[in-house]
Amino acid sequence: MRFESPTTTKAAASMLASESGAAHVLAGGTDLLVRMKMGMVEPDLVLDIKRIETMKVLKVAAGGVHIGGAVPAVELGESERLRSLWPGVVEAANLIGSDQIQGRCTVVGNLCNASPAADSVPALIAAGAKALIVGPKGKRRVGVEKVVLGPGKTSLGRDEFIEAVVLPARAGKSADAYLRFTPRTEMDIAVVSAAVNLTLSRGVVTAAKVVLGAVAPTAVVVPAAARAIIGTKLDDAALEKMAKACRAACNPIDDKRGTVEYRTKVAGVLGRRAALVAFERAGGSK
Amino acid sequence: MPYETDYTNQKFSVIGNRVNRPDGVDKVTGRARYGADASAAGQLVGKILRSPHAHALIKKIDTSKAEKLPGVKAIVTGDDFPDFTGGNRSLMDTLENCMARGRALYDGHAVAAVAAVDAQTANEALKLIKVTYKKLPHVTDVDEAMKPSAPVVHDWIRTAGIEPAPTTASNISQRNEFGHGDIDVGFAEADVIIEKTFKTEQTHQGYIEPHACLATLGPDGSGELWVTTQGHFTFRNMCASLLGLDVAKLKVTSSEIGGGFGGKTHVWMEPVALQLARKSNRPVKLVMTREEVFKATGPTSSTSVDVKIGAKKNGRITAASAELRYQSGAFPGMWGMLGAMTSFACYDLKHVKSVGYDVLCNRPKVAAYRAPSAPMAAFGVESVIDLLAAELKMDPVEFRIKNAAKKGTRASYGPIYGPIGIGPTLEAVKNHPHMKKRLGKNQGRGVACGFWFNFGGQTCTDLNIGIDGSVNLTVGTVDVGGSRASLALIAAEELGVDYDQVRVTIGDTSSLGHNDTTEGSRGTFSSGMATIFAARNAIDVMKQRAADTWGIPVEQVVWEEGVARAKGRQNSNLPPLSLKEIAAKSPRTGGPIAGHNEVVADGAGVSFASHICDVEVDPETGSTRVIRYTVVQDAGKAIHPDYVEGQFQGGAAQGIGWALNEEYIYGEDGTLQNAGFLDYRIPVCSDLPFIDTEILEIPNPNHPYGVRGVGETSIVPPLAAIGNAVSNAVGVRMTHVPMSPPRILKAIEDAQ
Repeated sequence: MRFESPTTTKAAASMLASESGAAHVLAGGTDLLVRMKMGMVEPDLVLDIKRIETMKVLKVAAGGVHIGGAVPAVELGESERLRSLWPGVVEAANLIGSDQIQGRCTVVGNLCNASPAADSVPALIAAGAKALIVGPKGKRRVGVEKVVLGPGKTSLGRDEFIEAVVLPARAGKSADAYLRFTPRTEMDIAVVSAAVNLTLSRGVVTAAKVVLGAVAPTAVVVPAAARAIIGTKLDDAALEKMAKACRAACNPIDDKRGTVEYRTKVAGVLGRRAALVAFERAGGSK
Repeated sequence: MPYETDYTNQKFSVIGNRVNRPDGVDKVTGRARYGADASAAGQLVGKILRSPHAHALIKKIDTSKAEKLPGVKAIVTGDDFPDFTGGNRSLMDTLENCMARGRALYDGHAVAAVAAVDAQTANEALKLIKVTYKKLPHVTDVDEAMKPSAPVVHDWIRTAGIEPAPTTASNISQRNEFGHGDIDVGFAEADVIIEKTFKTEQTHQGYIEPHACLATLGPDGSGELWVTTQGHFTFRNMCASLLGLDVAKLKVTSSEIGGGFGGKTHVWMEPVALQLARKSNRPVKLVMTREEVFKATGPTSSTSVDVKIGAKKNGRITAASAELRYQSGAFPGMWGMLGAMTSFACYDLKHVKSVGYDVLCNRPKVAAYRAPSAPMAAFGVESVIDLLAAELKMDPVEFRIKNAAKKGTRASYGPIYGPIGIGPTLEAVKNHPHMKKRLGKNQGRGVACGFWFNFGGQTCTDLNIGIDGSVNLTVGTVDVGGSRASLALIAAEELGVDYDQVRVTIGDTSSLGHNDTTEGSRGTFSSGMATIFAARNAIDVMKQRAADTWGIPVEQVVWEEGVARAKGRQNSNLPPLSLKEIAAKSPRTGGPIAGHNEVVADGAGVSFASHICDVEVDPETGSTRVIRYTVVQDAGKAIHPDYVEGQFQGGAAQGIGWALNEEYIYGEDGTLQNAGFLDYRIPVCSDLPFIDTEILEIPNPNHPYGVRGVGETSIVPPLAAIGNAVSNAVGVRMTHVPMSPPRILKAIEDAQ
């Protein structure tokens, strides 16, 4: 096994391209090292991207947010500006693992790990985030929802990696929220999760995006749930309609973490609760 | 005082103080050496190949490719363990559990092991071992395993305890019945009878330190074993028996231990490490992964329990019965028997009967887990007690007080109780401020009681006084929960010296006579007793030295507050001699001063606790938070109150995890689905409230200070206390542990 720590994205891309064996990108290592220890992966090349200065950049502005691929989750929570612009994205990143894990893990790593239960992914998708992908032929930009194809599977080429995720400009009277259900308070993995991002005008929802996690092979965007609350002040009927749409969008599995029945029910509950939190954060009142 | 004994109201000057533990600095600085922290020159890394099947015939093990891999120094399979057991079936079970002999009996059962120069080579070698299996039908559920149609785990097992003796094989290894009176008469007298069935899932002790050892074994048959264990003497005897060694030639040293809770009372891979060391003639270090700990050590039973209790309108119980079915894993156990013995121990019953069954399944061999078997029995019994109280419209605490066992009660498992603490703990619960706190929306409160026998056992202790008057106490009971601090307090109390003057060491197996394992809450009880006697023997020596110095008969010498005094007016010109002065002169007065004691510490006092628990349940997700928890327990005498409280809190914390989330989840194929801390959910700090404690001291008449074991009872009530609290919060009786969110949500919806 080789260990490389290039200092430019270009060098990193060419190292990935020239590796004929199994190459794995290392950011915080909170997933990769665990998988190596369990014998699930045996890399020929481990490519540490933490020496690449441009990937350690977190830029927060009203016009957009740039989260470098090597920025640990804890830094997101330390940015007051980011917390006020995208509270849902921050709370999702700050639910991953534990304080210790968040000191290492990155949202880009969380995305590339491609777990259906990844905490930051539904929040990023709800926020309309884009992934900045680097490859030997240059850079491309795709919606975060197009990165994960299924459990452990991404649309990245084997010589590509994600340099950063970028959040769009923030409209006024907007807010997001992320809720997940876990039996434990921390050090746990989502049984079901829900992210809601919405914009208000005169107290009425004018735009919304609802995304569920851990209820299908990938995070699920639920347009019907968004439609159920657009044009409303989140009255009980709208919320019930939204919860129903969330339940209908679920395609979960029965496993050690939860049953189909349970995940489906709780997806509706969390969707409704997340909408209420985002609504209140955006200045709405019922 | 109804509970006054000979040892009530003793005056102590040292014990009862909350001193710093002697092992504390080493533990917080990382200097303490645990199982995996020992190394030897030229050591090899041991790794074990485990069955991926729940039940399979091992047709062939081909190790030829692995043997040829450079760096591989030894490979062992079942064939490398000749039978030294002399027909002792229980020893053979232990051996077969350490290494399969022709059949893999559960997912994770060891089938081969390798010693190689490094971990990578050892792992590579495991992949090169080719095992040909023929899968066999398996069973993992206790009720399924009892059916006549179930696959039989061992064809040689005939159920013991049944007349006439059965002639065909069964998964039920034994039936045990306890009780007295006539339950038919009792139930006929009852105005109200409640009968219910309960299930609990299998849980693991969850100690943070995995099993680890460093083994050497030379061609002369002498060896050493450094190991994390609760009982190094037991490990020595067990390994010597299994490997055909002389007990005296195997020196076992216990490392610091990162939790045991019963799981480190038993050998799992230590004989394998020794055999690899013998075959390679090199030291072998073997450290389990967490996955191996879950799959191949000794979790506690999953159970299925029926409880029936009847009472009169006046609140007196007229009869109680239970049938308890305990899964013991792939080998026979005594867990159903212990469940049956403990089930009704808290109550004064005229007519009582409990029947326990031990049932084999294709799961790992069950081991002790803190008051083994009692929590599951208490879950059923204390739930029915609550239901009965509700039916009788009585306060559940008053109902328990009315029926509580007391001094002179015949216990459901046989003996007549001496002074016991169940009544007083319930009275303390009744008067506790916790009981007066108002509950909010979606909140519920539960109370439950628990019992544990406690154990004394063989103990051997040495006390040596240094030339400067400092005291070295060597004990043979592994310090699992702070016993070194408690034993130093006891030695200081007896000798009349400062706590800091006493240093306690856990001696290896070559430095003391046999000591039973630290189990049954015996560490402080039994080694404390031996320490008192050893100190008194040392005092006798010092009195003699003083008498010789003064030239008076020893009968005229007394020992008071750390000094020898000459009694009587004729001796009034003789100034007292301190321990330090006697020690300093010892080379010229007869040599070193020591006290020794060996004892079978009989008379471990039984222990009772009552717990109060408040929970809040989210009715939309079934999620439960424990918002307040109080433990009241009788300690007999708390030698070191901090560590007594720590035991109370630790047991409650483990019980909370068990009650709400912990469980072994098996797939249809009989393999374990959650062999890791991510999906086997022990509570983290933020899952728990501060656990409040109240220590009661009802002295044990069989111990000079009145000590009772305190380590285990605290895990007995939580399943039931939380079960009662959750049931009260959601208005539906919960009968299946863990009460995980999906189970609670389903129970709420089924009731609607």
